Amino acid sequence: MRDVAVISFAQTPMRRRVEELNEVEMLMPAVHGALRQVDMTIDDIGFTCSGSTDYLAGMAFSFVSTLDAVGPWPPIQESHVEMDGAWALYEAWVKLQIGEIDTALVYAYAKSSPGDLPMVLSRQLDPITMGPLWPDSVSLAALQARALLDSGKATEADFAEVAARSRRAALANPNAQLAWDCPAADVLAEDYLVAPLRRSDCPPITDGAAAIVLAAGDVARSKVERPAWIRGFDHRIEPIHLGLRDLTVSESTRIAAEAAGVADGPVDVAEIHAPFSHQELIVRDALVLGADTSINPSGGALAANAMMTAGLVRIGEVANRIASGEARRGVAHATSGPCLQQNLVCVLEGE
Amino acid sequence: MTVGKQRVAVVGIGQTRHQATRGDVSMAGLVREAAQRALDDAQMTWTDIDAVVIGKAPDFFEGVMMPELFLADALGATGKPLFRVHTAGSVGGSTAIVASQLISAGIHQKVLTVAFEKQSESEAMWALSLPIPFTPPLHAGAGGYFAPHVRSYIRRANAPDHIGILVALKDRQNGLKNPYAHLHEPDISFDSIKDSLMLWDPIRYAETCPSSDGACALVLGSEKVADDAAAEGRKPAWIQGTAMRSEPTLSAERDTVLPLGGALCAADVYRQAGITNPRKDVDCVEMYVPFSWFEPMWLENLGFAEPGEGWKLTEAGVTALDGDLPVNMSGGVLCTNPIGASGMLRFAEAAMQVRGTAGDHQVDGARKAVGHAYGGGSQFFAMWVVGADKP
Repeated sequence: MRDVAVISFAQTPMRRRVEELNEVEMLMPAVHGALRQVDMTIDDIGFTCSGSTDYLAGMAFSFVSTLDAVGPWPPIQESHVEMDGAWALYEAWVKLQIGEIDTALVYAYAKSSPGDLPMVLSRQLDPITMGPLWPDSVSLAALQARALLDSGKATEADFAEVAARSRRAALANPNAQLAWDCPAADVLAEDYLVAPLRRSDCPPITDGAAAIVLAAGDVARSKVERPAWIRGFDHRIEPIHLGLRDLTVSESTRIAAEAAGVADGPVDVAEIHAPFSHQELIVRDALVLGADTSINPSGGALAANAMMTAGLVRIGEVANRIASGEARRGVAHATSGPCLQQNLVCVLEGE
Repeated sequence: MTVGKQRVAVVGIGQTRHQATRGDVSMAGLVREAAQRALDDAQMTWTDIDAVVIGKAPDFFEGVMMPELFLADALGATGKPLFRVHTAGSVGGSTAIVASQLISAGIHQKVLTVAFEKQSESEAMWALSLPIPFTPPLHAGAGGYFAPHVRSYIRRANAPDHIGILVALKDRQNGLKNPYAHLHEPDISFDSIKDSLMLWDPIRYAETCPSSDGACALVLGSEKVADDAAAEGRKPAWIQGTAMRSEPTLSAERDTVLPLGGALCAADVYRQAGITNPRKDVDCVEMYVPFSWFEPMWLENLGFAEPGEGWKLTEAGVTALDGDLPVNMSGGVLCTNPIGASGMLRFAEAAMQVRGTAGDHQVDGARKAVGHAYGGGSQFFAMWVVGADKP
């Protein structure tokens, strides 16, 4: 495997509603912030890849306009995935493995505020058997949470602990949208939003963008003191139909974690993309993390959940902690689809 | 995992019967029809596949957000990596390229790649009339967008009016030899095209691509997989080069008739494939021609003719199936256009030609072929060169 590292990460402040900026304007500070931090311009980038979805923008080919944020002239080598930016980063990493280029720019963005997000996400479902029922994303997550409770693997108090710990951690994250310090007991005292989930068990709806610069070998070393080297990278998918899966485990995360070599060393920090509190418990289990791993020090997706972006942010948050020396080895996770259908695992390490 | 660039070949090709409405299959059925044919061609089963890469154009065309999620099961991807590409009209080509990179990077050995569009689920004409804020709406679909580019080409190249008709006639006649093509119009003639309705001057109805339901699939294999196939008498199409380029939609520097991105993409892929004189070194070309006039335009953009000279190749019959440089042997986009799959169909036809499996539209002795796709406002480009010979 060729040595490839995250050398720069930038994100916009995550907000409930960014009304005064279009997507290009919202994205610009992330893209140019990530480049500026390592004293680069688009001319220094070998390959650019982005993640976004037309369904949130409400128009076909929305990524075509946002490419303007990069300024692709003269023409560039570029690609786009209709997936979270974490998968765009995977494509860029693959491209760097081939060895013909040394740098890549990855970005992701979404404005979820113009629509009704839980209903929009129901359009991901099988259009014949599930879509016509319009099951919203919160209700589907609640089904999964109920299955987890029924299995005896977790309690509502465990969910509340995750919710409270995530928002407390977010107090140290200047880009977080939701941050507060309340005991789990306060979460348990809330009414159900969709039983057994309470409002605090659910993610906020977020507008935001993020960007990462990747570099190979000596280019990475020349740009930053402590590159966050990608040591393992894999992603897997399961069927969308809830009846075809055991919702209390994440088999795709388990396979990806094994392929990425999560267990090959101690994990100092893990950033888990779990939009709902109970999902963190399921993913932690699938990643087989020990008690000494710091989980979601950024606050995770419960503190800010920009669609198509929150997975990429997890990689950036782990990379930042490796760059600062706070962690030596970490794991980033990204998810997509209803009830943790598709999962990606990235292992990052300092020198 | 090995280090450095690994060889990749096409070892299986499949496509659906394309038509305006494939009411007999769901989206899942459509992609499976193509994928199963590619697997059969490669003499593989679903379990042999390491990873799946799927591409399609905007999700609004079918009304399902990120449809790869619900198609995962139908694509046999359970427990495997499934990747979704969307790069506008070039997506069928770029999807195949992204899939090939998983092998050339040494990560996988056997990758299934699929591209599709089921345009009968919606009205593509309106989905392509983008309501971009602060931009005057065209409400005229892709034809309305590209007609000014064509007019500009005709003026700059001083091309005679009948060139577009000649391209449409040739491609529709080639399509008659392709059993999978959407349009089979045995009675088409120069005059019937000339007399067809002028939709977006100078683009007539019969010079325009149809709206199709269809899918295309390729099985890509590593050098070992391809060598094994060759040993059993199934010729691989070796990928000798791949390239992608993108440029902005609106930019004062752009030349939308001969886009720099297209020229750079071609130069890159020719360099990888050792092509120094494309007109001489390439045996046949499948290029993305949704409106007839794009044949001469792309002949120039891709280096097969000097600027202003492309239409002369068309007029002289050079691009005919029995010409010196056959173009769009399959009938091209003018006969079949499931948008998300159209790029991959071009790449697949190029591979069929060098494998010698193109049937009635086979070019005798084709050993090196170019596949080309473009998208957006002539701003996204994907190309590959495939050959009978190992690079």
